[in-house]
Amino acid sequence: MKSVKTLQDLFKRYRRPGDLYFGVSFLIFSIVLLFSLPGQNTWASNTRLFAQPAFWPYAAVIAMVLFGVLHVISALCSPALDGRWKEMLFWLKSVEYAGWFMAYVVTVPQLGYLPSTVLFAVVLTYRLGYRGAKFLVSAAVFGCIVVLIFKTFLQVKVPGGAVYELLPTALRSFMLTYF
Amino acid sequence: MDTVFAGAELLMRWDVLAALLIGSIGGVIIGAIPGVGAAVAIAILLPATFSLDPIVGLTMLLGIYGSSMYGGALPAILINTPGTAVNALTTYDGYPMTQKGQAQRALALAYSGSFWGGVFGILCLIVLSPLLALIAPHFGSREIFLAALLGVVLVVLAHRGQVFAAGMLAAFGLLLNTVGLDVKYNQRMTFEQTWLTSGFDLIVVVLGLFALSQAFLLLTQEDTAPKALPVQGSILGAMKEIWVYKRIATAAGSFGVLMGMIPGVGEFTAQFLSYTYARKSSKKPELFGKGSPEGLVASEAANNAVPAAAMIPLLALGIPGEALTAMMLSVFYVHNVIPGPQLFQNQLDFVYALYIAMLLLNVIVIIFLIFSTNLLTKVIQIPTRFLGMVILILGFVGVYSLRNSVVDCAIASGFGVLGLVLKRLNLPVVPIVLGMVLGGIMEVKLRSAMIRVKTPLDFVERPIAAVLAIMIVLVILAHFRTLRKEHKLRLAEADIDHNLHDTQQR
Repeated sequence: MKSVKTLQDLFKRYRRPGDLYFGVSFLIFSIVLLFSLPGQNTWASNTRLFAQPAFWPYAAVIAMVLFGVLHVISALCSPALDGRWKEMLFWLKSVEYAGWFMAYVVTVPQLGYLPSTVLFAVVLTYRLGYRGAKFLVSAAVFGCIVVLIFKTFLQVKVPGGAVYELLPTALRSFMLTYF
Repeated sequence: MDTVFAGAELLMRWDVLAALLIGSIGGVIIGAIPGVGAAVAIAILLPATFSLDPIVGLTMLLGIYGSSMYGGALPAILINTPGTAVNALTTYDGYPMTQKGQAQRALALAYSGSFWGGVFGILCLIVLSPLLALIAPHFGSREIFLAALLGVVLVVLAHRGQVFAAGMLAAFGLLLNTVGLDVKYNQRMTFEQTWLTSGFDLIVVVLGLFALSQAFLLLTQEDTAPKALPVQGSILGAMKEIWVYKRIATAAGSFGVLMGMIPGVGEFTAQFLSYTYARKSSKKPELFGKGSPEGLVASEAANNAVPAAAMIPLLALGIPGEALTAMMLSVFYVHNVIPGPQLFQNQLDFVYALYIAMLLLNVIVIIFLIFSTNLLTKVIQIPTRFLGMVILILGFVGVYSLRNSVVDCAIASGFGVLGLVLKRLNLPVVPIVLGMVLGGIMEVKLRSAMIRVKTPLDFVERPIAAVLAIMIVLVILAHFRTLRKEHKLRLAEADIDHNLHDTQQR
């Protein structure tokens, strides 16, 4: 990340590569919503305009389309910036980590919070390129600390794992309550 | 005075004091780590605070909110990377001072300037409270609607250079608020999908946009591990120098209070005004941007005065002015404490308890920083991709513990990717959150306000409503005037910096 050149740069947002693609995608999304408005909202009889259930969805989508059109026009009028494909590739790469996150979400009810958190922390750390024991152990310890703070101490609502059912009764209830 | 003591009494519990201590120190550490910030921490901790008493949960979140900017100054000064977005201006003069071998002086001035601004903001809040208690009851439905509308207009116009994008994102936020069943069980924008019937939960959206997006960003970017050298000398001794810059610190604090009170404006405008004032009134304006102590004090005092002032519209009117107070609003709602005019009339002791907590947090933080600056220089060296993994695991607790819903997690992931794209494009995330929160307030208030309105002019017949309506018109007109001015002074395309900036990562 580059530091600012002038005071102006601190407070003004300049365009970045990929701006037009995002603007066009957002506008298409808004237009699809615009056409779906009549089917997705109800106009109640004997009700004033501002109290209509459909008033705010209409207002929001119309504003999305208007600002979207203006944004796309301004992007079209501005010179194209290099690196837009590289930028879009970066966006796509991030989807991999959304997948990792969802895999973690699906694993917790099966393996239990403690085992899946430790496993996820260690495997993701390995995937990120940290191969040394220092990082892998730190990840495992971090996973344990998170579970101890949130589940054991703060008692946040995270269900016990299906595998806990295989444990002996006393240990099972202990694991279900605290881990 | 009795109410102040009653407020202090509310804080005299071990769990409240522990929450204050954890929030304050945790906030400094979180603020000091570049790439985390108060918004990420508050988003993650929100669901965990729902099971706590409102005063305990809010004290912890306030601790994080009020102290993160102190911590954010440390990497801004030592390694030219702001810990939080609002410390970006601190790099401007703080880092050149480090390069000149004045790191200890710069840190001492940043801490003491922050303390000055923070305490000044809270004192203003305490002094203004009786006045607010008098004015707040005069805010009826139409006044609150207009104040929320002003907030939406300002949050759009405040994003200079990307006003159209901010407008479309604020409108997107308004739309998100409408999805699901309305008060009369009419389906709105649900597309016959059961998972859309209950609408989008604010916390799921916030966690996606702030926490998961930051995790995805750090995980996808190249790895960096900032290196900071230890600071030599006593910070406490060097802090006395703030007395030399008391005029700048007080002026900056005043700008922070004024801008913090207005919904949708916040730290950046306060910093811009105070920095410009400091430069214009300085005997050495040429030093600004090259290591000016006055510039550093102006930046830090202004941003630390904002959190206290931002509590004014939240507590007095129930209108959050920016993303962090919007998140705190959900804590109030969960505990059935409704911020607004009634809160000032019926629970003034609770309001004073929050003020005193904010005052205490500033004291805790400054003591912690005096003794632990060198320890913090080690904390900021965590590699960024490893930090991404940490945020991802903490983000899971936030989303999943809400309703144990896989769908919520999928929605948060989707908003996480959207947040990443917006951050990479220098586009703001805040208008979505404010659009969502203020949209809900505007819908309810407009519906109840219109019952007694026969003609459009009836809407602004009361003085406060008229003033707010005039302010909205003036703000829009002033924006067009500024646009004309800027168009004449615009930079050539080759001079425009299209890189990513720290200030845009919010």
